[in-house]
Amino acid sequence: MIVAGCDVGSLTAEAVIMSDGEILSSEIIGVRPKPEQSAKDVMDKALQKAHLALEDIDYCISTGYGRERIPFARDNISEISCHGKGAHWLIPSVRTVIDVGGQDCKVIRVDANGKLQNFIMNDKCAAGTGRFLEVMAKTLEIRLDEIGPLSLLARNPVVITSMCSIYAQTEVAASIAQGAGRHDLAAGITRAMAERVNSLVVRVGVEEDVVITGGVAKNTGVVKSLEVMLRVNTKKFTVDPQIVGALGGALFAKEKFLQK
Amino acid sequence: MIAAGCDVGSLTTKVAITRDGSIIAHHIVETGFKPDLAAKNAMDGALSKANLSIDEVGYCVSTGDGGKNVSFAGKYVSQLLCLSKGSYFFIPSVRTVVDVGGNATRAISVGKEGRVLSYRLNDKCAAGGGRFFDVLAEALEVKLDDLGPLSQQSKSPLEIASQCTVFAESEVISLLNDGKDVVDIIAGVNQSIASRIASLVRNIGVKEDVVMTGGVAKNIGVIKSLEGWLGVGIKTVPADPQIVGAVGASLLAEKELQES
Repeated sequence: MIVAGCDVGSLTAEAVIMSDGEILSSEIIGVRPKPEQSAKDVMDKALQKAHLALEDIDYCISTGYGRERIPFARDNISEISCHGKGAHWLIPSVRTVIDVGGQDCKVIRVDANGKLQNFIMNDKCAAGTGRFLEVMAKTLEIRLDEIGPLSLLARNPVVITSMCSIYAQTEVAASIAQGAGRHDLAAGITRAMAERVNSLVVRVGVEEDVVITGGVAKNTGVVKSLEVMLRVNTKKFTVDPQIVGALGGALFAKEKFLQK
Repeated sequence: MIAAGCDVGSLTTKVAITRDGSIIAHHIVETGFKPDLAAKNAMDGALSKANLSIDEVGYCVSTGDGGKNVSFAGKYVSQLLCLSKGSYFFIPSVRTVVDVGGNATRAISVGKEGRVLSYRLNDKCAAGGGRFFDVLAEALEVKLDDLGPLSQQSKSPLEIASQCTVFAESEVISLLNDGKDVVDIIAGVNQSIASRIASLVRNIGVKEDVVMTGGVAKNIGVIKSLEGWLGVGIKTVPADPQIVGAVGASLLAEKELQES
């Protein structure tokens, strides 16, 4: 039995192919203009890696922002359930999943069986999502993946008081004009980002173990700041934190196939 | 008796000079990152237009976000009171002031002689404020001043679903890429911002006459949409709507002179 999960987000698309409880392959691509195309491209790459064809997949579940428009998926399941499922499979002791994606942020509480207990989501405001970091990287004229490493070298992180991404951008521009260093600016940004995520986390409460999924999990600066604010050490995955949603999709696909 | 008002806003700094209750000159400059310098430049500009030197100004009141450190001002007064007094000076029948500036939107309930009865303020989120239009004009490659007139050409305004300025910018760009008409996009944005301003105004209760001030009062599209949402006519002052706060400050400065 070969199953797959396909997660089409706002910025990236991921596919995971599994067989007999093992990940055969996974892929991540930047999104194409249409979700159908993103799904096809990422799935083709994952299939190629696993030396398989689309016909070999017994069941595929789609998830994410574009999940309803994936032609080869038999069914779709919300990314909240998929992230919970995927994270729990990777780390069974997980109870809180913080997923920080390209344009939303979700905090998901699961029970000992990985079943969804409660969740909270922000997809209305760019603050506390990957978009906040993107806007800031652009203002600093650096690459998104440079923010984390730069922030770790800061001595006096700048303080960003505005919650709004647009106003925070003005604050950062003013700090640049006043001669603040890149490290201190980067650290101010990762801290501000972590504060925004933290304000969402405290609303559903945090229970260990805690994991962070999504692209922002790769930003060491944000992760470290958030760990300080939450007073927990987050568990790290052995796989790319961006594929957790797609992995959850593949796990649901297996269940669905067996039920059939 | 000559007095001056200096309103240091987040985006622009305004100086108005009055003599015995009438405006003799005003000047507007961009605030940039040095509010003190902007205040000086705005004052110098206004003085030169009035053919005066700073020594001839009996008293100056400062106001606005950056107005607390204006060297030549004798006193700082809140923007709410200055806007209220300024609006009352131009339109004595005013009961509600809607001020939409660069980084803040204010709804003020005005009592006798321009007193502030109550107010609501949004300075936390760029949605529903002037900054939204800067971002939008840039995305659409249209001049800020053209947004109002262009929106009036629209026959079917598009609906903008995103609240957040950052997300709305992306939405606007995808609408453009989908080949939608620029005038319909602009009209849609005016509608959506006006609806957010309207909910702030409804919070203090809408009493006529309603006067709109601040830079966004130059956008006829927003005024018309706001009239639609609130179900009342909106008046604008017979002067640049950006200088109302500075005029109010100058009138308060004259009062200081009378009382001293």
